[in-house]
Amino acid sequence: MAKTESNLKNMILTLLVITVVASFALGSIYNLTKGPIEQSKRLKKELAIKKVVPEFDSIMTCKVKPEDGTDSLVFNKVYKNDELVGTAIETYTDKGFGGRIRLMAGFLPDGTIKNIEVLELKETPGLGTKMVEPKFKDQFNDKNPDSFKLLVKKDGGDVDAITAATISSWAFCDAVQRAYNTLKKQGGNK
Amino acid sequence: MNQWKNFTKGLIKENPVFIILLGLCPVLGVTTSAMNGLGMGLATSFVLIMSNLVISLIKNFIPDKVRIPCFIVVIASFVTIVQMVMQAYLPDLYKQLGIFIPLIVVNCIILGRAEAFASKNNIISSIIDGFGMGLGFTLAVTVLGIIREILGSGSVFDIIFVGENAKTILLFVMPPGAFIVLGYLIALVNKLNKSS
Repeated sequence: MAKTESNLKNMILTLLVITVVASFALGSIYNLTKGPIEQSKRLKKELAIKKVVPEFDSIMTCKVKPEDGTDSLVFNKVYKNDELVGTAIETYTDKGFGGRIRLMAGFLPDGTIKNIEVLELKETPGLGTKMVEPKFKDQFNDKNPDSFKLLVKKDGGDVDAITAATISSWAFCDAVQRAYNTLKKQGGNK
Repeated sequence: MNQWKNFTKGLIKENPVFIILLGLCPVLGVTTSAMNGLGMGLATSFVLIMSNLVISLIKNFIPDKVRIPCFIVVIASFVTIVQMVMQAYLPDLYKQLGIFIPLIVVNCIILGRAEAFASKNNIISSIIDGFGMGLGFTLAVTVLGIIREILGSGSVFDIIFVGENAKTILLFVMPPGAFIVLGYLIALVNKLNKSS
């Protein structure tokens, strides 16, 4: 078959047909995957909340603006038999080595950290990404930021930084501190 | 043309990473672990095979002067499909590969094969070329990933074989490590090619 000639009509027609077909294909795939994508995102968040607070039977979500920082934190207050048993705070920091890091930090009603899960990070693979490992993040568990200083040891704090990823460690502490400060400030209206 | 030769040339003789040296950005960027390398390799292979197939199918309808935009639209569509499907069904891998998935669009291997092979050959040869090149690329990034993971993190496919406090060579997880390992691998492949 002969090759289509490169005149204006042919060029415009070919590009038009190709882009229209591509758009239809993408549109249908988008509709197909929209459900599973949202579901996996929601599931992930729910799983993270379950991991960082004690057992609960009901949950109340609200947004709270921190003193520093532009975006609101999401407070997931969890109750068991109508009694507050913990707060899972979706917090963030912009001090990460690769930009924003989002964490889910779980606090007990007295302000003690129960557990922390990383939701999203863009840190250097193999270095900063080590913050998801128990060795680093579990050192915060059962500590109260009132007595446990959220600074790396080099800066006079109590946190063992990740080897060769001090900035990521700083950022992690920053996010937790922001969650704790906001929780404290809001503490009156439990 | 001999189809078997067509397939195997992508593995060693014309390996896209070691010999043609195309698409090095994702090669150096994502190969911090074996799993990342393999995931990236398979995603790229899928796009390569599909775009080779479609482009060789429509090559006669595309006027020469607008062939590059047409190729790019086809490639970008498949990349977006991979991205959405991965996000839906493999969210963990998607999170790891991050920015490099959309960047498959500008991976020179894919446009390179479209231009140099698929737009000049029939459908069967083009698919086989896509398989060969894709496999060669996957092989290269996986080997690179395995070596960097062993040296940098002391594990293979996330199976750790050193103690918790062992000192691993962190350099190999960082970008310079990628260049060093790639350099040695290229030397090795060249040596193999020369002796055979």
